[in-house]
Amino acid sequence: MKFTIGWLKEHLETKFKDNEIIEKLIDVGLEVESFERTSSDLNNFKVAKIINVEPHPNADKLKVCEVDIGEQNTVKVVCGALNAKKDLLTIYACPGSVIPKNNMKLTVSKIRGVTSYGMLCSESELTLSDESEGITELNSNKYSHKVGKNFFKNKAEKVIDLSITPNRPDCLGVRGVARDLVAAGAGKLKSIPNINIKGNGPQIIKVSITKDKNQGCTIFGSCLIRDVTNKESPKWLKDKIEALGQKPVSAIVDITNYVMLDLNRPLHAYDADKINKEIIVRNSEKGETFEALDNKEYKLDNDMCVISDRSGVLGLGGIIGGTRSGTEINTKNILLESAYFLPRSIRKTSKLLNIDTDAKFRFERGIDPQSIEMGLKKASKLIIEICGGKVSKFDIQKIKKDKKNKIKFKISLFERIAGFKVKDKEIIKILTDLGFEVSKKKLELELKIPTWRPDITQPVDIVEEIVRIKGYNNIKNLEPEKTRFKDTLNKQQKLFHYLQRSVASKGYLETVTWSFTDSKLNNLFKENFKEIKIVNPISSDLDVLRNSIFPNLTFYLKKNLGRGFKDISLFEIGPIFKDNKPGEQLTVIGAIKSGKISRLNWNEENRSADVFDAKKDVIQTLVEAGYDRQNLFVREKSPSYYHPGKSGSVYLDKDDIGPVAYFGEIHPNITKKLDIKTEALVGFEIYLDYLKDNKLKLKDSKSQFKYSDYQKSDRDFAFVVDKHFKAQDLIEIISSIDQNLIKSVKIFDVYEGENIPKDKKSIALNVTIQSSEKTLEESDLEKINKLIISTVETKSGAKIRS
Amino acid sequence: MSDIKKIKDEFLVKLSGDLKIENVSQIKSELFGKNGKISNSFKNLKSLPVEERKKFASDLNILKDELQDKINKKIQEIEITEINSKLENEKVDVTLPERNIVQGKIHPVSQVIDEISSIFSEIGFSVEEGPDVENEHYNFTALNTPDNHPARDMHDTFYLDDKKEFLLRTHTSPVQVRTMLKGKPPFKIIAPGRTYRSDSDQTHAPMFHQVEGLHIDKNINMGHLKGCLNYFIKSFFELNKIKMRFRPSHFPFTEPSAEVDIGYELRDGKIIIGEGDKWLEILGCGMVHPNVLKNVKINPDKYQGYAFGIGIDRLAMLKYGINDLRAFFETDYRWLNHFGFDPLDVPSNYRGLSR
Repeated sequence: MKFTIGWLKEHLETKFKDNEIIEKLIDVGLEVESFERTSSDLNNFKVAKIINVEPHPNADKLKVCEVDIGEQNTVKVVCGALNAKKDLLTIYACPGSVIPKNNMKLTVSKIRGVTSYGMLCSESELTLSDESEGITELNSNKYSHKVGKNFFKNKAEKVIDLSITPNRPDCLGVRGVARDLVAAGAGKLKSIPNINIKGNGPQIIKVSITKDKNQGCTIFGSCLIRDVTNKESPKWLKDKIEALGQKPVSAIVDITNYVMLDLNRPLHAYDADKINKEIIVRNSEKGETFEALDNKEYKLDNDMCVISDRSGVLGLGGIIGGTRSGTEINTKNILLESAYFLPRSIRKTSKLLNIDTDAKFRFERGIDPQSIEMGLKKASKLIIEICGGKVSKFDIQKIKKDKKNKIKFKISLFERIAGFKVKDKEIIKILTDLGFEVSKKKLELELKIPTWRPDITQPVDIVEEIVRIKGYNNIKNLEPEKTRFKDTLNKQQKLFHYLQRSVASKGYLETVTWSFTDSKLNNLFKENFKEIKIVNPISSDLDVLRNSIFPNLTFYLKKNLGRGFKDISLFEIGPIFKDNKPGEQLTVIGAIKSGKISRLNWNEENRSADVFDAKKDVIQTLVEAGYDRQNLFVREKSPSYYHPGKSGSVYLDKDDIGPVAYFGEIHPNITKKLDIKTEALVGFEIYLDYLKDNKLKLKDSKSQFKYSDYQKSDRDFAFVVDKHFKAQDLIEIISSIDQNLIKSVKIFDVYEGENIPKDKKSIALNVTIQSSEKTLEESDLEKINKLIISTVETKSGAKIRS
Repeated sequence: MSDIKKIKDEFLVKLSGDLKIENVSQIKSELFGKNGKISNSFKNLKSLPVEERKKFASDLNILKDELQDKINKKIQEIEITEINSKLENEKVDVTLPERNIVQGKIHPVSQVIDEISSIFSEIGFSVEEGPDVENEHYNFTALNTPDNHPARDMHDTFYLDDKKEFLLRTHTSPVQVRTMLKGKPPFKIIAPGRTYRSDSDQTHAPMFHQVEGLHIDKNINMGHLKGCLNYFIKSFFELNKIKMRFRPSHFPFTEPSAEVDIGYELRDGKIIIGEGDKWLEILGCGMVHPNVLKNVKINPDKYQGYAFGIGIDRLAMLKYGINDLRAFFETDYRWLNHFGFDPLDVPSNYRGLSR
């Protein structure tokens, strides 16, 4: 929403200085995006003429234009517009200019090998209109003698640009803004001078609103203005339009725009001679088409609110008019429309057809239904003044009575919500200034809501009005009270934080990557999960929700390897997705490690990272999180993206059905497919949702401290077992022989080769034996030794190595 | 008598020499061995007259102790000298590098989430979470943003089905709804998490982080909201004084609504929070709309309170001087190392929020 200070003062009588006005606007909730003189940055845009067009040597779709910018030498500009042709008058922006649409600063740049000095601009780039196809085409009669001149007139007036929130359609007109300022004490609202228009004869084009179900139009006001001479707008009007960065078109169009910007009252002017007999406001039928003023052909669905005549659709009510009945410079007779369309209908239709216009923006937010006559009056008066002609009587068709909504407001609600007091008298004044009709009934106010405030529907909305006009700086700053209802973190959240920092403490860098990924990468790690497509991805390589953390981790690992890093450890803790429904997600830690351990260290032997590095990190993380190492159980099974022989899964307990983690080398086929070049790539995953909360709080889990001071004995054994026999099983067999005596079992060597049969391996173990009751004698030790050997031999088929 | 003196003089001389450990052992056996001089002297005791015997025994014991002591000292002396001379040869260049160390890091977003949680924990808030995938109802409708509401256009939403029923949440506010539906007031929660919007440029990422706040009780008003946010911002930026401005704004799920700016100034291209006359918008907030309370079956005549939403990434950028939002999500090894935090730096009240 843009307007000049001068325009504001047409409605506002104020002693405030500009900066005070700006402050007040911010205070009442009308956010000031910018406040600046328009002239300075618009001096860079010049009327220019294309003298010659040649194809770009390296790009089919680009052209190299030689452009006359009114200086001694022409400039070369590379341009992609289809309509760039010899002799076209257009708008040129020199290097250094800032394009209004995107605030991009132009530089001299090479485009596919050809240097381009500046740019030829489209209307949309200059925010003159929404037209973004092709560069601006200027009328040659009007502009041919202006080549080299500034396109924008030099305007000294400062323009305020407000960002209006969707609840305040009334402030999409300058008068609405003035009204808010007045309520906030910035001055007085000037009354609108009475416009006396004498209607000459009836409006002879019959208008009817059909009683279709869900009819989107409830009021349709119109008048006929005959014998007008449409022309260029007078200077004052052009200045107003241009000050806002818009392009004046013709008096009739400019006047309707002006009234819209002034009062937020959209109007539409038809060429009355092009209307076939009558106006029918009705619902569309599927398949109807019409060509809109944006030169696009629209195919309509059922139940869209259209303005039609006997020949068919003229326009989409409140959204866009059609070319068939559009006004032109030679238009003689005008039908002026001032109507009310329901926001819901506008929104539905514009979304389906994907049309965004200024009128749509306003009707969708809600236009004052009682502004219909004022709009017709103000516009027709200006039209007669500027273009001449005669106005008919106003014809206003209504299918619904519009009356002011009422609300009962308990005054005490204000203090209850806002936390401070405002005197009743002041409350009444504020509301009255905002246009409410107020009557006080004891502790209550009976309010009639102004018709331009569709956002106000309940008492709390009144609280907001009072508090924002009174000023948010009156809100107290109460010390926070520290009452607590629940622990800050629940157990699962604590686990999250604990695991996160635990993994990081093992040398992994935490990263945060998108929750979505490239389906091609995701497929490598998806396993049995369902692919979840994003309907409208920002790019085709971020088209699915991730089923695993690994697609993104490996993608970014590769990028970092490309940066010259070799030994990289990365992890992420975050969601992976099972389905497109809420709750169908798991929280997972994914970690990967590439390259070598101890690379380039003078006193350590370097080696490639391997499955046991990953295993150490995953097991240690689980142990640190409070899971007992003794109970953790490892199985060979793992997802297919791991190396089938060098990976495993971790269970919290031998008897658990599902694993809580995987670890291993990443499958060499995947590393190859991803073209990841590193000596080794290992990783692990921990599924937080599967980690059973089997822990007591520390205060309850610390058992009595027991220890033994009796002598420990160590015994070494070497067993020859089947090659596929699991070390974990061997340890378990020994540990469970006598848990009171066998304190630990450590594997210190695994050997295959000479002296051992081909399908066997030798495992050497050290067993610590200690009693908590006595010092073991040689005979006791001998007994347990024998028991170990015999048990292992029976249970595992192993042979003690002699 | 003279025997004792003789032994003493002889061995004191011997022990004072430059001896090796073997020499001392030799001396020791000469004195205390089976046929050692002291041992023999004790054996000879019996042959002495009774009246002399006592005195001699006593003198002999003194001598024995004295010599034993001398021998022990000599041994220690020799050992120390030997170790010292050995150490001379064991000297290494300690300026050579240590064995490789690895240092992991915590991502700034995680660190800042922990900082925020710690700050709000101090005033009794607990942490809630909600799903990243939401349905249209929780993300919009229940938050007083029905389908025909233009505010929906302000959220560029990622949809997961053609009917536009399932989507990636565009804000953390649906957690308000979920929390209130599953419990009974009072509520005092924050909800940090990932949020998604389908726009992507220099200052917007398709995924970012927000923290939602919600405090509902019988008498919570805008003063509590202001006080809470003032406390939070001061604590977060670790400043004693900040400039804060509440501006009226509009969110469908709060009424009245506000945006909060904090004062800053630019010094050498760096943003200094808390001083200066420029304003920076950092969050949106307001009193929870009665319609939202009704949607979760809470009586708005009985309960009321505030909600706020803060961009976490932006807070991290402001506090730690990070310029580029997109870099948060690009996993550049150098960036992670530079802006990451040591895993032992757990933000807490007693240790301080940041080192």
